[in-house]
Order: sequence, then C-alpha cells, then structure tokens
Amino acid sequence: MQFFGGSDVSPSPPAPTAAGHNANVMYMFNRNGVCLFYREWNRPLRTLNPQQDYKLMFGLLFSLKSLTAKMDPTSADRGNLGVPQLPGQGCSFHSFRTNTYKLSFMESPSGIKIILVTDPRTGDLREALKYIYSLYVEYVAKNPLYDPGTPIRCDFFNTNLDQYVRSIS
Amino acid sequence: MDTNDSLRVASLWHSMHAISQQLSPTVGCSGIELLEADTFDLHCFQSLTGTKFFVVSEPGTQHMEALLKVIYELYTDYVLKNPFYEMEMPIRCELFDLNLSQAVQKDRVALLGR
Repeated sequence: MQFFGGSDVSPSPPAPTAAGHNANVMYMFNRNGVCLFYREWNRPLRTLNPQQDYKLMFGLLFSLKSLTAKMDPTSADRGNLGVPQLPGQGCSFHSFRTNTYKLSFMESPSGIKIILVTDPRTGDLREALKYIYSLYVEYVAKNPLYDPGTPIRCDFFNTNLDQYVRSIS
Repeated sequence: MDTNDSLRVASLWHSMHAISQQLSPTVGCSGIELLEADTFDLHCFQSLTGTKFFVVSEPGTQHMEALLKVIYELYTDYVLKNPFYEMEMPIRCELFDLNLSQAVQKDRVALLGR
C-alpha cells in the first residue's frame, strides 16, 4: 500500500490555451492520500513544489472534514477532533470560498476525493463533481490496464475532462 | 462543546485559514470567507489585525457579512475599550455578551422580515 505517492504524478502538460476553461486546477486523491491526478488550466501562482502542494492540499481537506464533523450543529454526539472518519460518516463540507478562488470538494464512498478550484463567482459544483466522478468510473476504473492507487494516465479521461470543464459555468 | 474543544476548533481554523492562502492559484488571497457543509454554513471575517470572527448558520443564509461587521464593532467597543480586558485572553465581558445576543436577535428578526 502506498501512502502519499512516492512516484511522481507527472502533471500532464498544461492543456493548450487556458482561455475558455472555466476551472483553474483539479486534484484527485485516493483514500491513502496518493495524488491520482492533477491538472491545471490556469494557475499563475505556484508557491510550493508539486509533492508538497499535494500533501498540503490533502492535509487541508482532512482537517477541514474533521472540523466540519465536529462543528456540526445538528448531530448530537460528535467524535473528538482528529478522529479519522469513514467516507460519508459525519457532516462533510462540499465547498469553501476565498476572495481569489472557490474550492469544490466531493468524496466518493470508496474514498476517492475530487477537488476543483475555480473562480470565486462559480455556483454550486456538486453536480459537476458527480459527473467528473462518472467520467473517472468510465475511463479509469473500467480501464483494465489501470492499476488502482497509481497516478492516472488515461488519455480519454483527460480529453473528456477538458471538454467538460469548458462547459462549466 | 466545552471550552477546550472551542479552543481546539479555533486553532484548527486559524491554521486552515493560513493554509488556504498558500494554496491559492492566484495572488492576493486573504483566506477562507465561506465554508459550505451539508448541514451548516460557516462565514468568516478577518480584521486588519488578523483577528478572525466566524459564524455558523443555516445553509444558504444571506447577509452574514453585515452581521459579522456589526459583531466586529461590538468587539471593539465592549472588549478592546474595556480597561480590564487582557489581550489574547478569553472574553468575559457582560456587556459584550448582552449586545451580541441583541444584535443576533435583531438580525434574526430582520431576516424573517426580508
């Protein structure tokens, strides 16, 4: 079992022409924190090297999920902060917004996390993330040559994803 | 949620706020302003000094930024101007609590009226 991906997730060459793409960056992680997929369409600022960037992103999401599970006002008994939660257990957040970007998050029952970083004015992207998950199932999970837990290198997935992201408002 | 838990949550929030600035794809990020979860929304306001105020509300509540600004004003009036208040200590000022409940109540009434 591999944690945090020792091998390099070679970021696929930036998609040609950033214009027309509505999203900035996309990440996909599995439940062990391995970054399965990273794609950027529009990222002028890069503060860390790729490996540190993935770990930081995963860590941020893990802690935010833990925080939302704890802060949930509707559930009576919440676990202590930092207790690992199963996917789907406890309240989970689906997006957060800052003044420069909006991050939308989705976790599948198998622990696959999909993250999309877009413009702050973007609307609710939960349906879009579900569609991207279905693209993942079609082109990656059903691909007999794909080894689960390793970075994704499927051309069909990349092209369909680019096409779809162009259409997100 | 007892005091210790509140402190843990607050310090966790502070770090998350800082990390979110690091991960921004463009320059000029000032941290998380709104966190949307399944059963609640969390609105955050950061003052110029870095003090963060956050409010947990029903999903989809509007105009929380205005409420946060009002709370910031109450903080400066009843806490910072209080000569007995020590900086960085938990706030135990009666007038602050009183005015805070009044402000939230007023906001709730205004919300129902909108």
